Amino acid sequence: MSQFLYLYRMTDAARQENMGTPERAQQNMQRWIAWMNDLDKKGHLKDRGQPLERTGKVVRGQQKTVTDGPFTEAKDLVGGFTLVEARDIDQAVELSRGCPVLDGGGSVEVRPVMKMDM
Amino acid sequence: MELSEHLFRRESGRLVAALVRIFGVHNLALAEDVVQDAFCRALEVWKVRGVPDNPAAWLMSVAKHRALDIVRKEKTAQTFAGELSRVLESEWTLVPTIEEAFAGSTIRDEQLRMMFSCCDPRLPEEVQVALVLNILCGFGASEIANAFLTSRAAMEKRISRGKKSLASSRRLFDLADAEFGPRLSAVRRALYLLFNEGYHGASAQAAVRTDLCREAILLTTLLLESPQTAVPETQALAALMHLQAAKLLARVDADGDLNPLVEQDRSRWDAQLVEQGLDLLDRSAAGSVISAYHVEAAIAAVHATARSVDETNWTEIVNLYDRLMAIAPSPIVALNRAIAVAQRDGPECGIDALQAISGPARLRRYPFYPAAFGELELRRGNSDAARQHFASALRLARNDAERRFLERRVRHCDELETPLPSVAYSIEEKKR
Repeated sequence: MSQFLYLYRMTDAARQENMGTPERAQQNMQRWIAWMNDLDKKGHLKDRGQPLERTGKVVRGQQKTVTDGPFTEAKDLVGGFTLVEARDIDQAVELSRGCPVLDGGGSVEVRPVMKMDM
Repeated sequence: MELSEHLFRRESGRLVAALVRIFGVHNLALAEDVVQDAFCRALEVWKVRGVPDNPAAWLMSVAKHRALDIVRKEKTAQTFAGELSRVLESEWTLVPTIEEAFAGSTIRDEQLRMMFSCCDPRLPEEVQVALVLNILCGFGASEIANAFLTSRAAMEKRISRGKKSLASSRRLFDLADAEFGPRLSAVRRALYLLFNEGYHGASAQAAVRTDLCREAILLTTLLLESPQTAVPETQALAALMHLQAAKLLARVDADGDLNPLVEQDRSRWDAQLVEQGLDLLDRSAAGSVISAYHVEAAIAAVHATARSVDETNWTEIVNLYDRLMAIAPSPIVALNRAIAVAQRDGPECGIDALQAISGPARLRRYPFYPAAFGELELRRGNSDAARQHFASALRLARNDAERRFLERRVRHCDELETPLPSVAYSIEEKKR
């Protein structure tokens, strides 16, 4: 089994739209719970991960210039991450298809964790 | 941890009430933004970390902190609630005041005041009902529009009109106000309309309708929790809602099709709701005034306790309708009375009673007026005449549920006798 990082990306507008009404927020929530539980039950959930604030700072270059978020250059922001275990990248991608972030027009970036042990 | 049903919608109404206490009703939009923000945070955190043990408390804590930030950022609290401006200005009293605003009993009082404020008689009744559903029940404009079969844009306009009026007042309705009595009547009326929209309403989705009825019952129960509003007339309204709601699932099937009383499977009536309704009706008898809600609840109680249509005490029902006609006369009440008369004295007497209804012009667009003639003609064996009445009713149908129901009645007549070609032609035309 290999490990993969899911990075959930979504635009601010899509995030607001997903919220829509309290009832829609609840439905979205329930889809997430169901999806996470499913990953867990099938033994793919390595670490639930953490949600990220949509603000922050960027420190860049030798000058170490510090700029404020929101990161206007990014169309969609990483809103959180989860660590999963899968046979290979194909299975990791397949598992991500059920992610509710996709219903809201967001995306899941699937990144293999580099193997350090030889 | 599972999410309880409608958690976000429920908490929306409670949190907005608490925040309006702090920010003032003229800052209703700010209060709604804070709630929306809390929900967004909940979504981000819960979907990854899982739902916390007490999700409602979690949401409240986020809203509370946000409120504190906002009040601290403002140099003068004057811009916020006039009633609390002094205590919000001092750091000494700020935190306890905000804590107090989120206490269960304060939230309940503020919800009541919000309900009274939404039911301002200067606003049309449909605006009042839309406001109640939006602010207190947490429904979005699109969801309310869906229930009332109007466009989302029209509903948004209706809600924003109401909110503009709400925000123009500096404070929520005060229950000690001299206008309390008439305003309480307006609140009951709005809740009655809300319930009826669920019970008789336009939406073909059974789930939508039960939601509306449930919300109306919850808000009426809120009225019953406060001694000031828990008067006999409110208990009578609550009794009526419980007794009617008991029949709701048997009345509308999963496809949203209507089942007439005769065809309803009474074992599907909710016995617990019937019991609660009867209990409320008992308690509502404490006062000296008999309101229309009392009489309507009494009629519902006779139906709810009868084992079948035949075993129903129709004499009692006719008497109650006579009383209702004396208190709150309307062509619809007269129509229901005529149907009860037919049950008691036979279809001929029922038809006479239908024909004797004064002001039939107001019933001209009501499909169940010709349909009532249809039922009675059918009962005395005139399937031809019945078919024509049902066909007229079908042309007046206001939504799919009514249309399907009346089509079934027309078909039923067809099965009894071959219809006249001319009538069949007019039905064809309607379909096109």
